[in-house]
Amino acid sequence: MRTIATLTRRELAAYFASPLAYVFVVIFLTFAGGLTFYVGGFIERGQADLAAFFQFHPWLYLFLVPAIGMRLWAEERKTGTIEFLMTLPVGAGQAVTAKFLAAWLFTGIALVGTVPLWITVSVLGDPDHGVVATAYLGSWLMAGGFLAISACVSAATSNQVIAFVGAVAICFLFMMSGLDLVQAAFRGWAPDAVLQAVRDLSLLGNFDALSQGVVDARNLFYFASLIALALVVNTAIVEMKRGR
Amino acid sequence: MQPLLELTGLTKRFGSILAVDRVGFAVARGEVVGFLGPNGAGKTTAMRMTAGFLPPDAGSARIAGFDIVDETRAAQARLGYLAEGAPSYGDMTPDALLGFVARVRGLDGATARRRRGEVVDRLSLARVLDQPIETLSKGFRRRVGLAAAILHDPEVLILDEPTDGLDPNQKHEVRTLLSEIAGGKAIVISTHILEEVDAVCTRAIVLAGGRIVADALPAELRQQAPNHNRVTVALDADHRDRLIAALRALPNIADIAEAHARDGRIRLTARPVRGAEILGAVRAAADSAEVPLDEITTEHGRLDDVFRRLTTAA
Repeated sequence: MRTIATLTRRELAAYFASPLAYVFVVIFLTFAGGLTFYVGGFIERGQADLAAFFQFHPWLYLFLVPAIGMRLWAEERKTGTIEFLMTLPVGAGQAVTAKFLAAWLFTGIALVGTVPLWITVSVLGDPDHGVVATAYLGSWLMAGGFLAISACVSAATSNQVIAFVGAVAICFLFMMSGLDLVQAAFRGWAPDAVLQAVRDLSLLGNFDALSQGVVDARNLFYFASLIALALVVNTAIVEMKRGR
Repeated sequence: MQPLLELTGLTKRFGSILAVDRVGFAVARGEVVGFLGPNGAGKTTAMRMTAGFLPPDAGSARIAGFDIVDETRAAQARLGYLAEGAPSYGDMTPDALLGFVARVRGLDGATARRRRGEVVDRLSLARVLDQPIETLSKGFRRRVGLAAAILHDPEVLILDEPTDGLDPNQKHEVRTLLSEIAGGKAIVISTHILEEVDAVCTRAIVLAGGRIVADALPAELRQQAPNHNRVTVALDADHRDRLIAALRALPNIADIAEAHARDGRIRLTARPVRGAEILGAVRAAADSAEVPLDEITTEHGRLDDVFRRLTTAA
């Protein structure tokens, strides 16, 4: 545990040691705000809720989260620091967990930057704070899911561009698995149970319920198991590619 | 006594290339082993396997009794390792990096502070402690890596080219440091600078084509040089025949070569049979043959020559 905390601290500090953190937070806040007001019609809707804000999160994350995740392992491998890290008395699982946690905390920090929007709604009207809090939780969990997938892809390559493109593609499939784009590939040959299972894997579907304030154990379990599974695969990839 | 570091039949294959082929040796406390070999001989691969970065295809490595594959973390806890090129996190300062390593290694606050002070002092890092590592010169970066490797005062040190990129003064400092801490440790350093072997190593292991081709004391290795203990004398050409006759009568001389110097004198070079010491005998032979020698020199042999012979034959 102490090792994971130490590694997480180092990773998190690394974000703020370079312009990366600031650029990311500024872009995230700009896009999140811009989409909410100009595309989501936050004001025109005349409703005291943040639906206009949260509905764009999957799309924002689709591009921004792989941008964070792409460097997690690819950069270590490229610069050779992975040899430094893996010859310290640190397990691959610990390193994988710590890197994920640091990046996830970082997306959490970016998300906290949007709280003024919540305050604005509270001043203008009387939103259901429970719904907003649940939606925030759902958004953060979804970011974690995207991130765990991105970290996994990053571990498989030393090229950050490949890591980014690969992560976006896989995250996109996970997002869309409830929609025709993916369903059509299964329809006709796969039994209905498979179609349903693929639909249940949809990040969008699981996020939608949470963003509307519905706390369902199944959705929470979905994100938790998605993250856990991705981290297990991530660890396996790191072990497998050791020194190569 | 159990050796601190023990490699047994370590083997690694990359595709069709056998990078490391059944490498095995043991290093006892107090030994400093120079790990030599041309580029591509498998030094780095062997060291990476020993440090637990690369899994071996066969064989094993034990650090202070712990198997690097089965008890990786216990073994790594007792190991200080400097990877080739001393990679470290460029955005961190040496101060932050050493703090991080101390925490990962589980050093308590007081020990961490004491050790950090010691390594910063020993490696002259005080001036750059707060600069990002990526902005430092190659020499400083190497020393930061070295500081991180010895911070926890490990029993076993494996250093891949610790003096690469250092200027002569810095090289000297690092060698002095290694000699001073060597007493209680088992140390392996890879290098292709042969003077380093003379300067710090108690033993030399030469690798070529993934295999150990020599494992000896530096002095023993030098005996394999073609010119080891060769004696050259300069004399007046008139005395040539008499001295040659006297030398031929000596038991330990393998052959005699002859060269004419520009000043009309002649130089005779006597090569001993392997391992023999002939300087005294040559001098005595000249005395008893009443040949005045203008000059007499003996050669110890150069490690470079031995190195080249060992590593080009394979």
